[in-house]
Amino acid sequence: MDTIKIRNIIQQNIKNKKGVFDKIMPKFFLVMASISIIVTFGIVYTLLVDAMKFFAEVPLKEVFSTNLSPLSKNPTFGILPLLNGTILTTIIAMIVAVPAGLAAAIYLSQFANSKLRKVLKPVLEILAGIPTIVYGFFAYSFVTPLLMNMIPTLGAKNALSPGIVMGIMIIPMVASLSEDAMNAVPEIIKDGAYGLGSTKLETTFRVIIPSSISGIIASIVLAISRAIGETMIVTIASGSSKNFTFDITQSMQTMTAYIVEFTSGDAGSGTIGYYSLYAVGLILLIFTLVMNLLAQYISKKYREVY
Amino acid sequence: MDENVKWNHGFKIDIDKHRVSKRVNLNNRVKNIFAFSTLLVMVVLVVLLYDIIRESIGWLNWEFLMKNLSIFPEKAGIRGAILGTLYLMVIVIPVTLILGVATAIFIEEYAKDGLLQRMIRVNISNLASVPSVIFGLLGLTFFSRALGLGSSILAGGLTMSLLVLPIVVVAAQEAIRAVPMFLREASYGMGADKWTTIWRVVLPVALPGILTGGILAISRAIGETAPLVVLGIPTLIMKIPTTLMDDFTALPIQIYYWTLDTVLTPEYAYLAAATIVVLLITLFLLNFSAIIIRNKFQKKL
Repeated sequence: MDTIKIRNIIQQNIKNKKGVFDKIMPKFFLVMASISIIVTFGIVYTLLVDAMKFFAEVPLKEVFSTNLSPLSKNPTFGILPLLNGTILTTIIAMIVAVPAGLAAAIYLSQFANSKLRKVLKPVLEILAGIPTIVYGFFAYSFVTPLLMNMIPTLGAKNALSPGIVMGIMIIPMVASLSEDAMNAVPEIIKDGAYGLGSTKLETTFRVIIPSSISGIIASIVLAISRAIGETMIVTIASGSSKNFTFDITQSMQTMTAYIVEFTSGDAGSGTIGYYSLYAVGLILLIFTLVMNLLAQYISKKYREVY
Repeated sequence: MDENVKWNHGFKIDIDKHRVSKRVNLNNRVKNIFAFSTLLVMVVLVVLLYDIIRESIGWLNWEFLMKNLSIFPEKAGIRGAILGTLYLMVIVIPVTLILGVATAIFIEEYAKDGLLQRMIRVNISNLASVPSVIFGLLGLTFFSRALGLGSSILAGGLTMSLLVLPIVVVAAQEAIRAVPMFLREASYGMGADKWTTIWRVVLPVALPGILTGGILAISRAIGETAPLVVLGIPTLIMKIPTTLMDDFTALPIQIYYWTLDTVLTPEYAYLAAATIVVLLITLFLLNFSAIIIRNKFQKKL
């Protein structure tokens, strides 16, 4: 740029110095930034208000019972079947996701050469980007029939198949978060272990994993939170049976699936059934929030500082 | 006499001649287990895509994209769902971009290291972890019922915007933070005020990062189902929406209802699979363009 042009810009800038925008925009940004806080309070407020109406009507003894039949003439609202469904599918998902995710993380961060990493990482990213509704379809139309061949008593809707598919969905999350944690271990420490004659395996299990354990555990906790909040896979493949059972070959309903079933059905506004939605939503929110705070706490508190 | 045992100054010493090779062997064996398990993840992806493409063959064609919805599988098409998803984006894109970028600018440029900044940052990370079905409940209570928007495109779009807001905020924050200080200083040095600096210097440099985040947010919004279903969108919408206040259907909702109804009409599974292929191709193209933008502009600075 030549001098005259720059001089023009400076003159223009000085003329604009007391511009209206410079005064208005910070306020505009403040308003916009507060919206995210308003949304959070909005979520808590809407859930609390209607959940309170629910808890005012339904005695706690009934809430913590195993009878759930919200649409019958004498509706009962025991939450234990939903909790049971949520916890069981989450456990199944974790049994799949934690070993596979950690194995992928260890392999990618310690063993794989850069060529393989260049292929494998995008695959994990693709898996992470697939919408949950697609996994739901996959669970219902492919995994369930496949499992039926092995377990003849398996229901068309069951907790096992969505649990497994939910685990597959969560693998990339566990893998990439744990891999980040393992990559954060300084090279010097790794080189120290190699220098003492350790194999890669020994270095991984005696040096890398102990030093990054806080990040690894945090990734697992976040994965649990994700599994608890996951909706479409369980809604499609686990069905809406409200029985309290530990038989994972049968249909059971999770908290998230209950919310979907009840809203997409005809829950009249103002009924206890409608308010029960918010009670379940509140419990769900508390579950995931506690998990996330726990993950943040673990990764901060137990982080190795080098 | 055991030849692996030696005595040295009265201490027994085990000498395992094969110890090193055993350790190396173990290393290789376990490495193979890890490699195999990682490979298994890839196999799952291939199986998933294969299953869906196989079921969609014969059903996915140009006509399927152009026809309106019908209860008869042979006559059904997803024109309404495609348009519904597009209309949804008409709301989601401007709302999240303006909200998200403004929030990021405020955090990074104005509220440096204040209590407010920390509050908003913690809040954003917590908001990102709230299950999507909860956002559906918020939308149902606030947009659908309190504001009376019903299950319209506007209600769905606003709900979805709030859901993907954290993605844009975090991406925009990172992009703004990555703008070198000397560029800002040069701008101030030429007499520019803060807003001019942000508008003319910071934002143009940060644009590729913001766009990448925006595209990721959009692809999340396109695939997200639960919040829309919670808003109570009716099962069968034949009418093509014309205004933002109309009821609508979208690609993921259509997949959901067709998958649910396969019990009665098995052919719906093929329709769902064909819709999934359309959805996945859309998402793939979006992500591909995000990668291209990232690579193209990364080199410039």
